Amino acid sequence: MSYNIYEINEDLKEFIPKEIVDLQERATWGNPKRGVMDLPYSKELVEEHSLCAGCPESAALRYILASLPNPEDTIIVNSTGCTSLVFPHIALHTVHSLFGNQNAVASGIKRVLEIRFPDKVKDVVVLAGDGATVDIGLDCTLQSFFRQERITTICFDNEVYANTGGQESGLTVKGYVFKMAPKGKQFDKVPMWQLAIDSGCHYVARLTVSSPKRVEQVIKKAIYVAREVGPTYVHLYTPCILEIGLNSDDGLEEMRNRDKERFAFFEYMTPHAEEVINKVKEECLL
Amino acid sequence: MQATETLLYNRAGQKIVSPDYLLFEAPRAKHFMTGSEAVKEAVRRASVDASVSYPITPQSEAAHLIGELWAEGYVGVYFRGESEFGVMSEVAGCAMAGARTITTTSGPGTLRAMENFPMWAGTRIPVQLVLMARGINSPLSIQPDNLEVGFLLDTGCMIWYAETAQDLFDMILAGFTVAEQPDVHVPVINVIDGFFVSHTREAIMLPPDDIALPPYNPYKAPMPVIDAEVPPGRFLRDPFVMKSNYISYATHASWQWEVRAAIERSRPYAKHYLRGLIELFGNPEAELVFVACGTASAQAKEAVRLLEDEGIPAKVVKLKTIRPFPIEELRESVKGAKYIFVPEFNVVGWLEREVRRYLYGHSNAEIIGAPRVAGGMTMPAEAIVKEVLKLTGKEVKHVI
Repeated sequence: MSYNIYEINEDLKEFIPKEIVDLQERATWGNPKRGVMDLPYSKELVEEHSLCAGCPESAALRYILASLPNPEDTIIVNSTGCTSLVFPHIALHTVHSLFGNQNAVASGIKRVLEIRFPDKVKDVVVLAGDGATVDIGLDCTLQSFFRQERITTICFDNEVYANTGGQESGLTVKGYVFKMAPKGKQFDKVPMWQLAIDSGCHYVARLTVSSPKRVEQVIKKAIYVAREVGPTYVHLYTPCILEIGLNSDDGLEEMRNRDKERFAFFEYMTPHAEEVINKVKEECLL
Repeated sequence: MQATETLLYNRAGQKIVSPDYLLFEAPRAKHFMTGSEAVKEAVRRASVDASVSYPITPQSEAAHLIGELWAEGYVGVYFRGESEFGVMSEVAGCAMAGARTITTTSGPGTLRAMENFPMWAGTRIPVQLVLMARGINSPLSIQPDNLEVGFLLDTGCMIWYAETAQDLFDMILAGFTVAEQPDVHVPVINVIDGFFVSHTREAIMLPPDDIALPPYNPYKAPMPVIDAEVPPGRFLRDPFVMKSNYISYATHASWQWEVRAAIERSRPYAKHYLRGLIELFGNPEAELVFVACGTASAQAKEAVRLLEDEGIPAKVVKLKTIRPFPIEELRESVKGAKYIFVPEFNVVGWLEREVRRYLYGHSNAEIIGAPRVAGGMTMPAEAIVKEVLKLTGKEVKHVI
């Protein structure tokens, strides 16, 4: 375990900001059973995120960080977009390099960590938006699946380029009017979860983040399968309430409505992935 | 944490020796090989952890040969990436995770990968790129032409230029050594002229293959290695610019200055491991000077010999590094010059611009950006001589 890197020198402790002391004393390290139920009681791994009030993406980030089974040995690779506003606030090793190259960077990190630390589990998780995953980064995303990289890719799908001011993305629904699509989007929403299956992912899930517990289950399955088998993909609906004209307390309602239609819970796993998931269940880690 | 005791052998079982021993002291034996094969022999002796490849002429063979080294156990990670953009991001990931990393590319591949190079420098990873320069589109060309180097000058990477396969072999080993110094720690791009160096065989002196550079120690890096073994900085590879305030602007600006300052700090190391940032050839007193790098300097040396026959003393200042630019060395070496020719393998004359920039106010010599060839044209020594004779009003005897 390397969570002792968060231990603070006793002599300096009185000068250290409270949130850093809390990371050592109240965060959940070294416990694969940690989960969203710890949220009210423990120190979270994200501090003062800078997203909009009520942004469902911030909820998703909190649930995901609370659900990582091995945060002390987890590397997070992100991309440009709203998510890149959050990464400086995360207490783990995170990388932002370019827009769209996140799965390529993650591939390099994962492969090198495997040879540098052959006896340790080091999870590599990609967190990126729909533009990064499906438009500008689609090549790197799919190629990492083809190559069977042992990484978990999580896409925050808000169906729009939100950080740049609301332009159409490949994951925008056909007909929706956004900037750069003044007559409405001319083609269908890209079925990324299906592309992930066809490209060799061993565990794929599509859901909204309306249910924290369900997010936890999916994230844990995706990480355990990536560790043992190969690439996994999680597609989360995290609506941009700002760009679709909702109030800051409307996010949950919006996700619950989409739970019944285009983001109805969908899960796919290969037989090998199912074996791993069953084994993890037997160990009471799911 | 990795063991801190002194290692005796690397992953491949080679005995670890100091860079000075490997480069300067180890006995060398003569071999006959191409530039691509010289890359393989350098990587074999460099305790390389990771390499990612992608096919493009003329660098493909060097990339294949690194793959063979991986199959033989000399390199830890090797695979073919999806494109040069993906490859340069994959090697960035490898280096961030603590690996000594090398890759190769050429021409259009360099441009495809372009967004990555400033990212490498800003991330302070000591990745090594062997660039086998070729023409860029359009029209399509696979021939030697070094226009692409002009685009790389301000990426924040060190840029060195090898004239021969021997230079390339030594520069690859020196490149890792200098780039990985904790007070440097920026990427290094070792350039050769594609085909002229990559595909031609020449005599090359190699140290034995059972010795190698000390492995890279990522914990000496000025930035935290991304392996979850060291505390993450709050600013870790952080997109500063995303915070719209004056501290973020100042941070971004000073970070970029620091990358350039790191290149400046590489000078003493590069001087030592390259035996100087420039090489002089010909008559030291000559008023006629060629300033060149790579194959152009090889051809200029031939031109100096031909000019001797004409009774015209001349010399060549070969630049081994372009970033950092050997400013003082160049000014010193052209003190007595009346005419400075800058022969180049590209249409824009990026080296001429550099020479003018650094000699402005420091030399009264006339600077002439000629001859210039491109798109795969060769630069016969006679073509260089012709330019000189045109200037002196002498009759051109040589048939070109």
